[in-house]
Amino acid sequence: MSGRLQAIRGGGMGGLRASLRTFSGHHRSLTIIGGMAIVGAVLPILAVLPPLSVFQGQNVWVNGFANAGVFVLLAIGLNIVVGLAGLLDLGYAAFFAIGAYTYAYAASPYSGQHLPFLPMLLVGAFVAATFGVLLGAPTLRLRGDYLAIVTLGFGEIVPIVFLNANQYTNGTNGIGGIYKPEIPGIEFSLLNPWPFYVLMLVLVTTSMLLIYRLQESRVGRAWMAIREDELAAASNGINTVTTKLLAFALGASTAGFAGVFQASKLTSVDPGQFQSTVSFSILVMVVLGGMGNIWGVALGAFVVYTIQVVLLKQLNSFFESLNVPILSDINFVTYQFLLLGLALVFMMLFRPEGLFPSQRRRRELHSADTAAAEADSAAALAETV
Amino acid sequence: MTALASPVAPKKSSVRALRIVGLSVVALVVYLVVLWFGLYLVSGIPLEAGLPVALQQTVNALSIGAIYALIALGYTMVYGIIELINFAHGDIFMLGAFLSVVFIGGVMGQSGPVDNVPLLIFLLLGALVFTMPVIGLINVGIERAVYRPLRNAPRLAPLITAIGVSFILQNLALQIAGSGDRAAPQVFPLGWQIPFGGASISVLSIFIFVLALTLMLLLQAFVNRSRLGRAMRATAQDREASALMGVDANQTIALTFLLGGMLAAAAGVVWGLRFGFVRFDLGFNAGLKAFTAAVLGGIGNTTGAALGGFLIAFIEVFAAATGEGRWSQAIVFMVLILVLVFRPAGILGQQLGERA
Repeated sequence: MSGRLQAIRGGGMGGLRASLRTFSGHHRSLTIIGGMAIVGAVLPILAVLPPLSVFQGQNVWVNGFANAGVFVLLAIGLNIVVGLAGLLDLGYAAFFAIGAYTYAYAASPYSGQHLPFLPMLLVGAFVAATFGVLLGAPTLRLRGDYLAIVTLGFGEIVPIVFLNANQYTNGTNGIGGIYKPEIPGIEFSLLNPWPFYVLMLVLVTTSMLLIYRLQESRVGRAWMAIREDELAAASNGINTVTTKLLAFALGASTAGFAGVFQASKLTSVDPGQFQSTVSFSILVMVVLGGMGNIWGVALGAFVVYTIQVVLLKQLNSFFESLNVPILSDINFVTYQFLLLGLALVFMMLFRPEGLFPSQRRRRELHSADTAAAEADSAAALAETV
Repeated sequence: MTALASPVAPKKSSVRALRIVGLSVVALVVYLVVLWFGLYLVSGIPLEAGLPVALQQTVNALSIGAIYALIALGYTMVYGIIELINFAHGDIFMLGAFLSVVFIGGVMGQSGPVDNVPLLIFLLLGALVFTMPVIGLINVGIERAVYRPLRNAPRLAPLITAIGVSFILQNLALQIAGSGDRAAPQVFPLGWQIPFGGASISVLSIFIFVLALTLMLLLQAFVNRSRLGRAMRATAQDREASALMGVDANQTIALTFLLGGMLAAAAGVVWGLRFGFVRFDLGFNAGLKAFTAAVLGGIGNTTGAALGGFLIAFIEVFAAATGEGRWSQAIVFMVLILVLVFRPAGILGQQLGERA
């Protein structure tokens, strides 16, 4: 109603925005599908336009977008755990690794198996979720920061196991020759990034839909209640342990899902792909995008990945080709963790709700400020009286 | 001897001290025997040949444990006082190791063994006197700049900030020193070994152990006996109540960071002497192990941190000595997870209720 009122009053662009907002408020799933369709159509066009086309060709960009999609999936998965349920998971890459190795065992010459791709997506998600439950069940009753350390430890153990158990995992070389996805009517090849791009769009859209609907459901409200005040949530009849476990398992399953896609796209997995730096990068994506807001997180992931993988590398060759005296000597890629670290610190200090916050989260994080402001105004009032 | 937050300082008691020394000796002997049989059972070293090896490795474990214990103290004190897992603490240790190399190698121009005893003593003391205050003050500066503004923020905010600080420190070291190992001068002559029971104990490892023990006892005395130490304990126990009693919380927290940073710097100095290299990502693993040590001993408890440091080193050396060194990291983290699951308060910690 209020949206329509505003539309009448504002007119013009403001009115369009308001009616769009009203529409998205009423048809959220449709908005996600429509939004992702637009994003999916616009990105390849952007790739041939000046700022992006300077760096690399369209197919390389599209391939990069498909890779970035893996991190968008990971970030919206971690967002369930960190953004919605407020549990800090620092070993998220472990579940990613578990998903990827699951597919590597299911479809590669190394194991001699060749199971179909689409069901394996679900199996990978399920296996990762199982590990999530195994790790989460005993540890989720711990205090929040202890959980961070347990998950960090788990994130360290998993690559070590894949590295050291070499009679089962081929050690540091990993498993190669993994079969590409097979979907009737579509041919996947290393030369053509488009099928991967479209498949990735479908996967991201599906995951966003599912997670969005969960977020708006009873379970989603329970997660947010736990995040804001665990004690109060428990007193209102929420089983905090199972609810947190569900968030943890769903987060893990999304990572498993992404892992299967990653393995099938790269056609090889090795322990080096899943180091703790990956976990931290995903965390930065979630924090930067805005914990709790699925669009913000997706955008954060996309931007951070593009900066990390494309932009810094391109800056190097760009300045080298121009032969700028000082800048061409700097290896920008080595600065990526400085950038990530600065991003984390400054976001926490100045904009803890992220660049694109969810309304609720913003209110929660600024509750101290508003309380202080209210106290100030109350004091001012008292003085004037 | 005490949890940082315990209400009263323990009374001076020589009986208590004797008991601790006695227990430590018993623990060492038990470890020696376990390692001896472990060598026999896991790697098939015959019992008569295994004893010197076990003895040697026990000495190794003591000097590595001393390093972990020094780092762990910084984690445990900061956690005890503001309940923050100071993720950047391992990198503070790494900075200490680098600064010590700068002093011994750069300023004093030493690159190898030093036979001249007075010069050696001067080098060691100089490295400690130079690095400890500098690193301590850096730690205080970090606290002032980024942790203090977040003191009343939701719990995750300072933790995420600490991760960011860790990235920044690592990357600064990477930019300045490069990504490879940098040689750290090993100033103790290699020949300085004391033969003992078929093993040889290096003077260096005795130095490390004695230094760590001295620093820990000084810390213990400071926390338990001095006025500022009392302020620290009061703040750890109840910040608001102690503020009402006139304790300056900001100053006390800064002091905690100063002490933690100084101990980490001392650990950095001996790391360089012992292992002969420093690298920008040194702090990550050492920090994780030291944190595990702090949790194992009971976080917030300074004696526990020391105990945990030695226990972690014992576990690690056991794995390395029996030829399964590549698993040692995984074993340490398994221990961490198991401790947190079954006894989250650690060995010496009090069982606290969940504080969200």
